[in-house]
Amino acid sequence: MSGHLDPVLLSRIQFAFIIAFHILFPSFTVGLASWLAVLQWRRLRTGNAVYGDVYHMWVKIFAVTFGMGVVSGVVMSFQFGTNWSAFADRAGNILGPLLGYEVLTAFFLEASFLGVMLFGENRVGRKTYFASNLIVAAGTLISAFWILAANSWMQTPRGFSIAPNGLFFPLSWKQIIFNPSFPFRFAHMVTAAFLTTAFVVGGVGAWYLLRARHVRQARVMFGMAMIMAIFVAPMQLLFGDAHGRNTFEYQPEKVAAMEGLWESERGAPSILFGWPDQKDEVTKYAIEIPKLSSLILTHELNGLVRGLKEWPRDERPPVALVFFAFRVMVVLGVLMILTGLTALVLFLKKRLFDTRWFLGWCVAMSPAGFLAVLAGWCISETGRQPWVIQGLMRTSQAVSPVKGFAVALSFCAFVLTYAVVFGAGVHYILKLIRKGPEAEGQIYGSHGLSEPALITDPATKKE
Amino acid sequence: MSQIPLVWYCLLITALFLYVFLDGLDLGVGILFPFAPSEESRDLMMNSIAPFWDGNETWLVLAGGGLLAAFPLAYAILMPAFYMPVILMLLGLIFRGVAFEFRFKAVRGRRVWDYAFHFGSVLAAFMQGMILGSYVKGVQVAGRSFAGGPFDWVSAYSFMTGVALVFGYTLLGSTWLVMKTEGFTQSWARKCASYVLVYVALFLGVVSISMPIMNDSIRALWFTSPHYFYLAPMPLGSALLVLGIWNRLSRGADNSPFFMSLAIFFLGYIGWGISLWPWLVPFAVTFRQAAAAPSSQAFLLAGTAVVLPLILAYVSYCYYVFRGKVSPGGYY
Repeated sequence: MSGHLDPVLLSRIQFAFIIAFHILFPSFTVGLASWLAVLQWRRLRTGNAVYGDVYHMWVKIFAVTFGMGVVSGVVMSFQFGTNWSAFADRAGNILGPLLGYEVLTAFFLEASFLGVMLFGENRVGRKTYFASNLIVAAGTLISAFWILAANSWMQTPRGFSIAPNGLFFPLSWKQIIFNPSFPFRFAHMVTAAFLTTAFVVGGVGAWYLLRARHVRQARVMFGMAMIMAIFVAPMQLLFGDAHGRNTFEYQPEKVAAMEGLWESERGAPSILFGWPDQKDEVTKYAIEIPKLSSLILTHELNGLVRGLKEWPRDERPPVALVFFAFRVMVVLGVLMILTGLTALVLFLKKRLFDTRWFLGWCVAMSPAGFLAVLAGWCISETGRQPWVIQGLMRTSQAVSPVKGFAVALSFCAFVLTYAVVFGAGVHYILKLIRKGPEAEGQIYGSHGLSEPALITDPATKKE
Repeated sequence: MSQIPLVWYCLLITALFLYVFLDGLDLGVGILFPFAPSEESRDLMMNSIAPFWDGNETWLVLAGGGLLAAFPLAYAILMPAFYMPVILMLLGLIFRGVAFEFRFKAVRGRRVWDYAFHFGSVLAAFMQGMILGSYVKGVQVAGRSFAGGPFDWVSAYSFMTGVALVFGYTLLGSTWLVMKTEGFTQSWARKCASYVLVYVALFLGVVSISMPIMNDSIRALWFTSPHYFYLAPMPLGSALLVLGIWNRLSRGADNSPFFMSLAIFFLGYIGWGISLWPWLVPFAVTFRQAAAAPSSQAFLLAGTAVVLPLILAYVSYCYYVFRGKVSPGGYY
């Protein structure tokens, strides 16, 4: 019976499920950790209690999200051994130290100071407390650095040699870490994380403003989020473009799949929409803009763009998935930029906080960052297939000597567990959002702050 | 012969020991959780470990990551060999981990997360014990990969070691609570610790006797004449420690039972380590055979030499921040 269950396919499904679930949490916490540090800094600088209110609401949400990120991350770290042991054996010399550095320089930092951040507010001084905020924020970024270095090496491997028995050996750690796609992927992902957080925070702020609840705190959330949308969303367009052109240089088949382009041509069109057919090697029902692909990718109207037919069939990624994920990501990115532009116009007209249709729009945009991150990783990972290490090791060679039914069982267990646990987590986060920052102000005093003036000062008293 | 693999071997078993000891006490608290005398006690128990559990679990990630980095071959053999128990342990750790946050957020669902905390801890501890037991029995290897079946880890022996580790962790957890709590929570923890101590002593005896019986080389190691004298202090020390804990508990000491339990774990761990030397995948691959490329081991070692003392320093700082008896309103 177990003969029908293919461990490769099942392991791929399980890994895709686990990694897609996991990436949601860091996408949110990387940005949130930095934002919480900014809030704490504003609070120290201005002495305005409203920053404290906002901080205390979001630090709870951070705690729940971070907890889920930790447990799903621990699962991730074991997947390389349990399901991809052949990969761990061959690439362990290179990826092992990168992941090891991540644990040493980031995981411990975050985990230890998170305790201080969540439970230590009345046990350490305000400066030390702020320092723990900064350390946790820095930890999340260092973590992203190593993980993205490892992933980028799998996309654009450099600085290694291959022994006769297939094992990878490091030659230059500088080339391994700072491989060609790493700077672009790092900038693109960290910016994506900041935007994800901004749109969640902005959406929650907009929801309060719409219902005229917690108005002073909501203006802080919404205002700060819109600053991010105005300045960072357009920056993401530039980073994305640079990352795309880097991919075009090093993984052209991935870009061909993103574009749905089968024939190599000069002055290649950009396909707005269509249906890529892997078997017939054509993108059906295509609506095209002439020459746009060449212009974007080569910055020349008649630049050469290579089509998928240049690669043998068994070296092409699953085109449709990459093609559609790319469109989802781009549309969401454009919507984010438009949101920022609209916010700028409304701000200049002094209507930012009371334009109801725009507030409603921002509520609807709250999950946009998560979807864009998922779509982006879908392009990055699916677009690399059939390789686990681009051009060198196939995913089908990477799998562990485990039985299909064992993987099927574990996959079912993961799906059930994740549904229960993360369903509950989302439920509690929504509950915290529904409750809002107000109650926080009332227990403010019990946190033992040394300056009660902050709370009794009529200028900063809550309405 | 380069000594870097040896350094890594030592670092790795140290990381694993720190995990077993630190998360062991967390899991022990989780195992005891539903038996606590009151809801207030449960809050205290949770608060006594809430600031640390995440950092404590990170030692497991370091042990796993370190194994991949320094001994990728051993990692690639052991993880598929223990596929099911590792996954079950991870599932247990998921439920245990999220319970910390969810419990304080839930109103009606609090009971559910109390049990998630308990059963997650029990499952993780039991699976770790089973992995330990079947690890000692050896792993089947062909070429560079695991060659056994998916249920090789299940045996009466590994079942016994699973139960043993659950009791061992409970001893750590209960003595931790004796140290960190006061009043009736403490006296309850004291009672638990002395009950559990009896079982721990029993299992220590069974495991110590069974390991040399099962394997010839282990028997040769422990019962040949010069070794015998070097190694004899370990079982004797453990026996004395058991008596010592019993004595300190009944005399009402707060801190010493915990540190003496830690010492028992340390002796047991050393004994276990010596028995399996120099195997990393027992009876198939030694730590030298499994070593990563010298450049990989050296590259990570350079960073570890700088970062690990820092980690130990700030982890100690975090324990220092939350020193003393735990108070009921301690959570944010």
